[in-house]
Amino acid sequence: MTLPEAVLGVMFVGLIAYGLFGGADFGAGVWDLLAGGTRRGAAQRALIEHSIGPVWEANHVWLIFVLVVLWTAFPSGFAALASTLYIPLTLAAFGMIARGAAFAFRKSVTGLGMRRFLGASFAVSSLVTPYFLGAIVGGVASGRVPPGIAAGDVVHSWVNPTSALGGVLAVLVCAYLAAVFLCGDARREGTDELAERFRVCALATAAVVGAVALGGFFVLRADAPLLFDGLIGRGLPVIAVSVVAGLVSIGLLATRRYALARLTSAPAVATVLVGWAVAQYPYLLPPALTIAEAAAGRTTLVAMLVALLVGSLILVPALIYLYVLFQRSTATAQHPGVPATAPAESGAPGP
Amino acid sequence: MDRVGYLLADATENLYPARMQMALSLGWHIIFSCFGVAFPAIVVFTEWRAHRRGNPELRELAHTWAKAMGVLFAAGAVSGTLLSFEMGILWPGLMEPFGEVFGFPFVLEGFAFFIEAIFVGVYLFGWDRMSPRAHMLSALPMVVSGMAGAFFVIAANAWMNNPTGFDLVDGRVVNADPVGAMFGPSTWPQFVHMLLAAYMVAGFTVASVYAVGMLRGRRDRYHRFGLLIPLSAAAIITPIQIGVGDWIANVVAENQPVKLAAMEGLYRTGTAVPLSLGGVYTDDELRGALEIPWGLSLLVTHDPNGLVVGLDSVAPELRPPVNVVHLSYNVMVGIGSALLVLAAWLGWSWWRRRRIPATPWFLRAVAVSGVGAIAAMEAGWVTTEVGRQPWIVYDVLRTAHAVSPAPGLYLGFYAVVAIYAVLTGLTVYVLRRLATRHDTPAPQEPVPAGPTEEVGVR
Ligand code: HDD
Ligand code: HEM
Ligand code: HEM
Repeated sequence: MTLPEAVLGVMFVGLIAYGLFGGADFGAGVWDLLAGGTRRGAAQRALIEHSIGPVWEANHVWLIFVLVVLWTAFPSGFAALASTLYIPLTLAAFGMIARGAAFAFRKSVTGLGMRRFLGASFAVSSLVTPYFLGAIVGGVASGRVPPGIAAGDVVHSWVNPTSALGGVLAVLVCAYLAAVFLCGDARREGTDELAERFRVCALATAAVVGAVALGGFFVLRADAPLLFDGLIGRGLPVIAVSVVAGLVSIGLLATRRYALARLTSAPAVATVLVGWAVAQYPYLLPPALTIAEAAAGRTTLVAMLVALLVGSLILVPALIYLYVLFQRSTATAQHPGVPATAPAESGAPGP
Repeated sequence: MDRVGYLLADATENLYPARMQMALSLGWHIIFSCFGVAFPAIVVFTEWRAHRRGNPELRELAHTWAKAMGVLFAAGAVSGTLLSFEMGILWPGLMEPFGEVFGFPFVLEGFAFFIEAIFVGVYLFGWDRMSPRAHMLSALPMVVSGMAGAFFVIAANAWMNNPTGFDLVDGRVVNADPVGAMFGPSTWPQFVHMLLAAYMVAGFTVASVYAVGMLRGRRDRYHRFGLLIPLSAAAIITPIQIGVGDWIANVVAENQPVKLAAMEGLYRTGTAVPLSLGGVYTDDELRGALEIPWGLSLLVTHDPNGLVVGLDSVAPELRPPVNVVHLSYNVMVGIGSALLVLAAWLGWSWWRRRRIPATPWFLRAVAVSGVGAIAAMEAGWVTTEVGRQPWIVYDVLRTAHAVSPAPGLYLGFYAVVAIYAVLTGLTVYVLRRLATRHDTPAPQEPVPAGPTEEVGVR
């Protein structure tokens, strides 16, 4: 493995983490949107709020991490991507702002009108952001982002069949992840009825994801032949793992083994991202800019790698501490002001 | 027009809105960053005093502040996300050649913010759930990482002011040394100045909330502590900040003489230069200014007859917009001096009588000091950033060459204005609620049992 590949690899770990943690967050927003009327959906929304309230902020920093590593280690790739795809990037960022703001303020307001506004902006942006992020991946993967500043078409780079596929898949996969995670959270909090509801949601979404993915093969063959060849060639083992993990997690869901379903749905989703990377290797921006060509100088890459390793030595224990703290608190909710029956934090919608 | 022609036309059209968009997003973000950097230390200090003295008012104060910190932190994180997109969306011509040189501190900053986000969550969640000692320990990473994050971002900005750590060969960047680039001549003075500014902003702003309460007749211990703790912190820092201001001005004079000339509205290079306050700069001359003889020469060279470089040292197109820079610089220094008077007033009264000055004028002054400190800080940033124009990287890259030529980019500016207007309204609304109703939960906090059902209602 070359030095640039090592740095890119670490960045990709960050991207997968964002896909899983951030993705589940977004998906929860989708279920918030679909929860139904004000009264009927209340319990479901409360569970969602509980599950991601304490951790959404940490979950979202992964994306920042991906961006800064990209612009330092692969500056020409980043500049090309950001300038050509500025429209979906801006819209995704607006979605993140709407979502973050809704989260930050929703708890503290009481007026129904304000609550409705914030709730709606939370839910809608949970659809918007993953869609545009998926569309960005589609634009890159189908070779529509040439190197150079604003060298690509600022509209067709993200309004095209592969981007549409990427966007739709991203939304669906987030929704699936969230439903699986929420099943476990609901059961732990003793609301079996909700768990049952999320289980049905998860199974239904899984069926749709499968159908879209199958249809996607035809889209890719027609629209992104280079990516398609990579996927059915070098990427085939990864796709196979993805399918198997997906099927296993569906089986576990069907038999209500939620904790295990969490464990298997994570690799099912992570391998989709890995498959994309493997299929377009060795290009950063196919078909013109390779990883090696886009990479920064050696000094920068070495400094990055050292920083990333040392940084994760501090970061990973802190993250684990955060998640463990919230998970454990379920058992010890008896506290002044917090009656034992209160549905305590369930913590990370994480694997 | 051929394609290149189109691109150039778009870049020209984009430049002004892009600069305004960057300025608006940064100017908004920086207010929240100040609280992210400085508030944790103030909150945990108050919590520590509360435990030491077993004082319920202090405890209540610390808890309310912790919640406000949660809201402010969330707003800061949200606005910061947009910033990191904007660096690429608006300025690809900066990131492409120089990302490998000055991108590195942003990576380290990423870690710092990550740690801070984690421990803000832990700290708010752990209120009442951890032992006091463990809880206060969990605040320590927040304090440290807030400071470290500020250092890294400032290092990136200081690099734009005084770029180091690379060589240019035929216009191409070679030998990029990201660590060297973090420690240019501006880094330390800018960092220290910003860190102190963050404490001043947080201290005066929080104190001003309680000053307003006391003016409305709520003079209980709760309000007195709420005023005194943050105000003392800010008051101790103010004189130091003004000393640091002198340091940073000297560094600017040495490394960016044109910026200093714009700050002072000085056209002609000369000796025994007076210090000019106020005035309007037209036709290469500052008119209507109050002049202090030898002042500038003394301040910059520590010699009344010292030589100070003026704007005439560079061609007209390499000069920044003088009036903006001069005015904002004067605003910063003016407010800084006024805050020093306020700090001295408090110090005098405390030294002689061990109490807050009794007159309502003092409370009125404190009530506006928060807005004042924020204005001083924003003015300082306008001085720094506009004073650097037309360079985005001083003496190396022009802002006009860094802006993205993507068609339609300028429309983003209007969207950003609208979004920030809504965001500002919401933030103010929620903070006011927090100030009046103490049971309002912060975003990272678990919701107490009662209103749980309501959370889902919308
Ligand atoms: C509460 C805030 C505050 C106060 C009271 C002051 N400043 Fe300041 N100043 C800042 C907040 C600030 C800042 C916002 O933090 C800046 C912008 C960039 C930076 O690093 O600090 C700044 C920049 C800045 C610069 C430009 C640095 C550059 O371009 O690199 C100079 C020369 C000074 N300051 C000097 C002063 C002096 C002489 C003051 C004496 C009264 C003073 N400042 C008070
Ligand atoms: C510390 C990190 C900061 C970085 C990396 C940074 C970076 C930039 C960049 C890239 C630009 C556009 C190019 C240019 O106009 O030169 C800019 C412009 C600007 N920034 Fe900053 N900035 C920082 C902090 C701030 C803050 C906190 C403010 C607060 C007000 C601010 C105010 C401005 C203004 C007013 C402009 C427009 C200047 C002009 O175009 O005339 N900056 N900054
Ligand atoms: C003087 C300049 C700056 C300071 C002191 C500063 C400080 C901070 C701090 C302390 C936070 C944590 C959140 C909070 O406390 O509100 C934060 C968040 C953030 N800042 Fe800034 N910032 C500055 C400028 C910038 C610039 C120029 C960028 C990007 C180009 C940036 C990007 C971010 C991002 C992405 C976050 C969110 C991280 C998260 O989600 O936790 N900041 N900033």
